[in-house]
This record gives sequence, C-alpha cells and structure tokens, in this order.
Amino acid sequence: MRALQIRRSAGKFGLARVASAVAPATSARIGPLEYRSIDDPDCPGDGWHRVHTRLAGICGSDLSLVEGHASTYFDDYVSFPFVPGHEVVGELDDGTRVVLEPVLGHEARGFAPPFDGAAPGDGDDYAHLATGHLAPGIQTGFCCSTGGGWAPWFWAHESQLHRIGDDMPDERAVLVEPIAGGIHAALLAAPTLTDVDDPIVAVLGAGTMGLAAIAGLKRYLPDAQVIVGARYPHQIALAGALGADEVVQASKLDRAVRRSAGCHIIGGVLSSGAHVTIDAVGNSGSITDALRITRPRGRVVLLGMPAEVRVDLTGLWHRETELKGAYTYGTETLPDGTTARTFDLAFATANHYEAERLLSATYRLDAHVDALAHAAEAGRRGAVKIAFDLRGDT
Amino acid sequence: MPRPGFVLDVDKSTPPVLFWRGEGFSLEKLPADRSRIIYPAEPLPGLDDPDGHIRDALLNPHDMEPLPALLRPDMKLTICFDDASLSLPKMRRPDIRQRIIEAVLDHAAEAGVDDIHIIAALGLHRRMHDYELRHVLGDRIFDAFEPRGLLYQHDAEDPDNLAVLGETDHGEVLEINKRVAESDLVVYANVNQVAMDGGWKSITTGFASYRCLANHHTPTHLQETKSLMGHRDHSALHKSIWRLGKVLRDNGPKIFQVETSINTAAFPDTFGFLSKREWEWTAKDRALYLATEKSLKRMPNRAKRKIFHSMEAPYEMTSVQAGFTPSVHEITLEHVYEQHLVPVEGQTDILTMGIPFICPYNPEGIMNPILVMCMGLGYMFNMYRNKPLVRDGGVIIMTHPTYREFNPVHHPSYIDFFDEVLADTTDPVVMAEKYERKYAEDEWYTHLYRTGNAYHGVHPFYAWYWGAHGQQWAGKVIVVGGDPSTVRRLGFTPASTMDDAFEIASDVVGRSPSISHLHVPGVLVADVH
Repeated sequence: MRALQIRRSAGKFGLARVASAVAPATSARIGPLEYRSIDDPDCPGDGWHRVHTRLAGICGSDLSLVEGHASTYFDDYVSFPFVPGHEVVGELDDGTRVVLEPVLGHEARGFAPPFDGAAPGDGDDYAHLATGHLAPGIQTGFCCSTGGGWAPWFWAHESQLHRIGDDMPDERAVLVEPIAGGIHAALLAAPTLTDVDDPIVAVLGAGTMGLAAIAGLKRYLPDAQVIVGARYPHQIALAGALGADEVVQASKLDRAVRRSAGCHIIGGVLSSGAHVTIDAVGNSGSITDALRITRPRGRVVLLGMPAEVRVDLTGLWHRETELKGAYTYGTETLPDGTTARTFDLAFATANHYEAERLLSATYRLDAHVDALAHAAEAGRRGAVKIAFDLRGDT
Repeated sequence: MPRPGFVLDVDKSTPPVLFWRGEGFSLEKLPADRSRIIYPAEPLPGLDDPDGHIRDALLNPHDMEPLPALLRPDMKLTICFDDASLSLPKMRRPDIRQRIIEAVLDHAAEAGVDDIHIIAALGLHRRMHDYELRHVLGDRIFDAFEPRGLLYQHDAEDPDNLAVLGETDHGEVLEINKRVAESDLVVYANVNQVAMDGGWKSITTGFASYRCLANHHTPTHLQETKSLMGHRDHSALHKSIWRLGKVLRDNGPKIFQVETSINTAAFPDTFGFLSKREWEWTAKDRALYLATEKSLKRMPNRAKRKIFHSMEAPYEMTSVQAGFTPSVHEITLEHVYEQHLVPVEGQTDILTMGIPFICPYNPEGIMNPILVMCMGLGYMFNMYRNKPLVRDGGVIIMTHPTYREFNPVHHPSYIDFFDEVLADTTDPVVMAEKYERKYAEDEWYTHLYRTGNAYHGVHPFYAWYWGAHGQQWAGKVIVVGGDPSTVRRLGFTPASTMDDAFEIASDVVGRSPSISHLHVPGVLVADVH
C-alpha cells in the first residue's frame, strides 16, 4: 500500500532540522518522511484488528519527528521504519467505526496489565514498551510492527479500540485523542488545588493541546480560574469559547496572573502566582515563563513535548516548584475521588464542546507536504488541527 | 506689548497649521471658509525682579499677617510645594518654588524656627526622582534637608502619617498628611500654570489619602465637571474640593498660601517656531521646522522623548501673591486668565487638537494611550470657559501616534488598566464599579507607589475619569495617525490623515462642518459665548 513512512536516516533528520528553521514545507519534502509503497504489516496476533483510517491528525510530536527535532530519548522506544499517525478515527473490516487509543500497553504487547481494568497508558514500568512480541514502540504510529494512521490501514489491538456510534462525526472523533491528553494534563493540576480557595490555573499556549487542557479544566475542575496566554486571535477566541476565564496575549500572561493572584512582580518573576501552570508549548521559553508565573510550591505541568531545553532552575529550587510531565492518558482520579478512563472523559468532552470546531483542514496523504507545512504553521495561518483524510481510499 | 490671543478665520490663503503629534509635528491644511484657529496670546512679560516680588508678597499678604509675624521658634513649620506635574515642560532653573521656599526659609531662620519639614504635594502621583527634587528646589535646599529626612514626599498610603480633620456637610471625609495637619503653619508654594490649579485644591488633593480623593475623583463628579478651567460653580470636582477646603480652614492648620502665575514661554529658541503664528514663520523658522520634523521622524521614540523631556521652559513669573487661600486664589485666577483667555464666539461642529508629548502625568515618561485620552478629552477639550468649543454631540479630532507603549516604572497599573479594564469597558462608571477598588488596593501597585516611582494603582482610573465629560460630550472621537488597534481600544476611531478624519466625521456632523482648531502651544482658555 502507499503510505507515509519514516525511516532511520541521520542525514535526513539533520537536513529536516536545518530546513525546518527556514520553511516547514521544505523539511517535509527533504526530511525522513516519505510517501511510498510499503509492505503490508503482518498481523501481530490474536486480538488484533485491521483499522482502515478515515481521519488521522497531525500532532506536535509527529511534527517534531518529521522536522528532526525529536529527542534521542525515544531512540530505543520506537522502531524504524514506521508509519506515523496516532490520532485516528477509522473503521474495522466490518464497518464499525473506532477511535484509537494509541498507547501500546501491556495487553497489546502480551503482558499482564499492572492492575485490573488498567488503561493502556497505566503502569510504572515501561519495559513492555520495548520488549515482547512487538518491535519497540510507545504508541501506534511509532512502531514498525503495527503500522500507523498515516496509511490506508494498520493493526490495532482490541485494548486500543473505542467503538463509536453514528452520532459522533469523524471530525469530532479524530479530536478525542488530543483532548484526552489535555484532560490528563488538566487533572494533573487537581492534587495541587485540593483545599485551595480561589485556585488559579494558567495555561500557556492555545494550540490544540492548550485548548484541550482548557476544555478539561473547565469541565472537570470548574472551580479553577483559568487564565490563558495565547498567541493568535483565533486561539484567543477559541480559548474564550471553551470557557477560559481570561485570555490574553501570551506575552501578557504574567501580568494577568499577577492581577488575579494580587501579588508582586520582583525582578520579572511573580512573588506568588498561579497554583498550577500548564505549559502547552514545551520549549525553553515557555518552561521559563511557566516557572516565573507559578507560585512557590505550585506545580508546572509540561503538556507540550519538550526536547532539549535550556532553563535556569534556580527559581524552581528556590520556590520548590514541582515540575510534572503530562504524557498521554490512562486512568484518572477525579476531584471527588472517583476514577475514570481518560478516553471516556475525552469522549464526553469532545461531544460537550463539539470538538470538530478545532479541526481546521484536511488533506489527502499525497498532499502531505502541504499538510505538514500547514500543521507546522497552524497558529500563524489561523488553524488548529490539521488531519489527513483517507475516506474513500480504502 | 504682547499680542492677545485671537481667532483666525481660515481662508484659501491661510497656510497649513501646526499640529502636535506626540514627539513630532505635522502641518495640516484646514478647510477654508468654515474653519477657525484659536491662537493663544503671546507670553506676557515676566516680573523683572521675581525674588523681590516674592519677598514683597510674603511681607504683604492678603487677609493674613505677614509671614514673619506668623513664625516663632518653637513652632512646627511645614513647607509644601507642587510636584513634577508642574510646570510642563519643566521650567529652567531656578524654579519658582525654589525662589519661594528659599525666601520662606530665610524668614524662618531669622525667627529661629528649627522644626521645618519640606514636603512634595504628591497626591497619588509618582514620587519625584532626586534629580527632579534638585531641579525644583535647588541644590542648597536639597542638600540641607533631604539627607536629614526633612525633605520628603507625601505618602497617601502611609496610615501612620495620615490624619482625619473632619467631614463636609456632604459626608466627604478630609484625610490628609498628618505632619501637614498637625503643623502650626503650612506654607504652600504653588505654580499655577492653569486655572484649575491652586486654591484649596493644593492641600486637599496634594496631601490627601486615596479615601479622601475618592470623594470627588469619581466618574460622576468628572462628568458633572462642566468646566475645569472656568467657573468653579460649573465644576462638581471643585465644589467638592472647596467644601473640603472649608473643613481644612475650620479644623486644620494655619495655611499661608503662595500662588504664582507664569507666562506661556514654554519652549526655548531652538523650538521657537512652535510658539509663532504660521504665517509669520521666517525662512529660518520653516527650515528649522522641516529639519526638526524630518530628524524626529527618523529617530526612535526613546531618543525623541529624551530630547523633549530634557527641554527647559523659559517661563517667567507674571505674578506672585500670598496669604489667605481664597483671597490669594482669586487674584491668581485673574492673572492666569489675563494670559490665557481668548474670546470666542459660538461653538463649532468639530474641534481639532494636536496632542503633545507631555501631560501632567508623564514628566520624564511615556505618553501612553490612556494619557492621550486624558490629555485630549480631560485637558485640551476642557480648555474653555462657559461652554466647550465644540457643540454637544460634535466630533473631536486629535493627532497623536498613540503607540501602545508604557513606562513600566512610572505606570505599572496603567499597563494592566489597558489590558484588562479597557478590554472590557471604556465606560468610566462601569469601570469604577467593577475594577477601581481592586486596583486601588493592589498590594504591588501600592508598594511601587510608596517605594519606587510609580503612580498609585488607581491613577489610570483618575486619568480616564478626567476625560469623562469630554467623552460624554463628543459624538465621536477620531485620532489621526494613531495605532489603529490601540485607538479602538480607547473607544475612538482611527484615521490615517486629517482628510480621512473629516470624511469619517461627516457621518456625525455632515459634509460641511464648522471647525475649531485649538492651537497648541501655548496654553489658552477659550472664553466661549
């Protein structure tokens, strides 16, 4: 079949990295991603289903790979060549439409789950991600054994599939995965907000993940005052539409948080600040800003995927700030003490907010250069989520 | 003899007229046969011997005993002076306040008074820098008093140093600086640059707490202040201040008011063309204008500000009088009006004005967008007596770049006011209810006001309220040459050129509106009948 595939090539990763600084379209054209004929992947075993891709989103982590920015940390957690694409709504051979929960968890890899009812993302030992009968791969879309969503079809384990009804359009369903990621980050704020009067949560960045976090915060932590720093007018509008209490230009987030916290600014750093800051950008500047605006003993949740960053951690040390990663999803503990699977919360949230409003444009697979360029410049071009549309291809 | 102010009816031969545009200028052609330019009077001659006149005023006060008779060795003497908001631009040294205070100190020394404090009447303005204090008071006073803590600035947020003197029959509480309240004698050195200054306002605002200023610095009071520079009876603000003045008179210290008027010689010779009537510009003036205008266009704002704020005005004192506050103030007003009043017949559909680089709230700083509104609608619109130059529902056109720039040291709360308050509302009543207290009580702003050089947290509200009457009066406000999104945030309409502004204004005032242009500089008060 014809699919987009990434092969290990140090030269191409390097070229893409250089080119991305100049023009995203160029990095997509000369980088490690190719639209080519590939061999059909073998079925990994019992409990695996062929999923025919309908829509497959382009995520920031996909872009960082295509542009050669991904950290070497993942070298042993992925297996080349692989077909990217983990934000997927597809259909099974029998026509049932499904949303993919892409983490290749214990069950998919033939291991006992860490606890009964565990979600694919649960657990505190990641050995299973690099071992077992599948080639290494943290998720579908990073594993050569399964294929990925940027192809007409791929393999998915029963534990990864969420069947959906006719009432959920594809355009909404393809947003469930990123929304689950945003909800997970939002709920990581909850422990810090316990017993806090007038909690303040700042969200830095209002791309897809920032917006998803805002949706999660307003739905599951409704008492929190959510202040958002966004860069582009459409992001400001969407953040407001999702219920953010205040949305300001990203450069003015510090002052907005200060106003709410009623604190001082001392040497460019807030004397107090947000109880929790969700950094949905994930670079040196955003992490630095997040540390600046979070109050002592507060929490910074890193939702945007960082790579190598340069950050002065003196403030973190002095303020005893907690830096918390927010990767994917799993089983969540809600503020009332009950637990729920993040994906179940994400389905409800996507329906509540009619998440299709975040899908800005779709492209065919063979227009991947344009699609990736659009995704890389989504904010500047007034877009949020860009996806591939393979409907009619299978 | 200096020529009086006058009204020039514009015809086809009238040359383009000068407009300020912040730290720059432009020449604009006004429509012939329906425009008029209100020109200020030329600067009155200053008093030949200012020190002699000051000494004379102290020895021959109005309705009070001469100053030496009020001084005794065991007394508490407090000398107060207007802060850096006066004069604009700052006057060249020696400042009038230095002359007055040195003369008062001479008398105090002769009388053996040794408990003397000198306090800047800051109100909620920013603290003056040391170099500004030196400029106003001179090195001798500064070096003698500041190191010993006897020269300082009023702190409206220091609860230990405020005192309540009573309440008016309207329930307005007079709370002022405790040292002033408890002095045996207070001498206040005023620079009455405009008619609004002086009188009871000097102490009841200059030494007031926020609680006290909140009596009359309200949207309602400012909306009901139909004349800031004219008859006091038309100003709700001044009526409140005069009621507080009565409380001060009845319950407060003995006050020896010294008021001065100055002429309008605001600019040094290098900017002489600014003060001339355009048709009288010589070839040298025209060359100077072109060179200045072109150089300024090429300079970064920072450099331009440095040039303008470093200018020292060759103002001259035209009168000095001392004694009982109301008596002194009435004489001062006569002198101020002698310089400023220009008789004008009737109102027009449009009022145009060039907004300069400075207003009372940005000495040495940036004319941020809120101050553009304050200067345009609060000050320049209000430069009238009887009734405004523009008719009710008419259009006000201002020229200013209206850049979105703020001085973070001087105006920290202005930044938030622009981002938060103006993003929500430009209605002074709404903002007062929703936001004023939060800003007034913000700990950080208070800290910066008390220890740094920041205006009080509530100050941007007051600057905005200052324009409340003009805002209500105008059917539309247009800013020519301003940053469009910033202008819109102020609730105004941006225009690229003066012609565009007239076109936009036609929606409100039709295609052949009558136009008044308030020529600045210098300062004038249109006496509109």
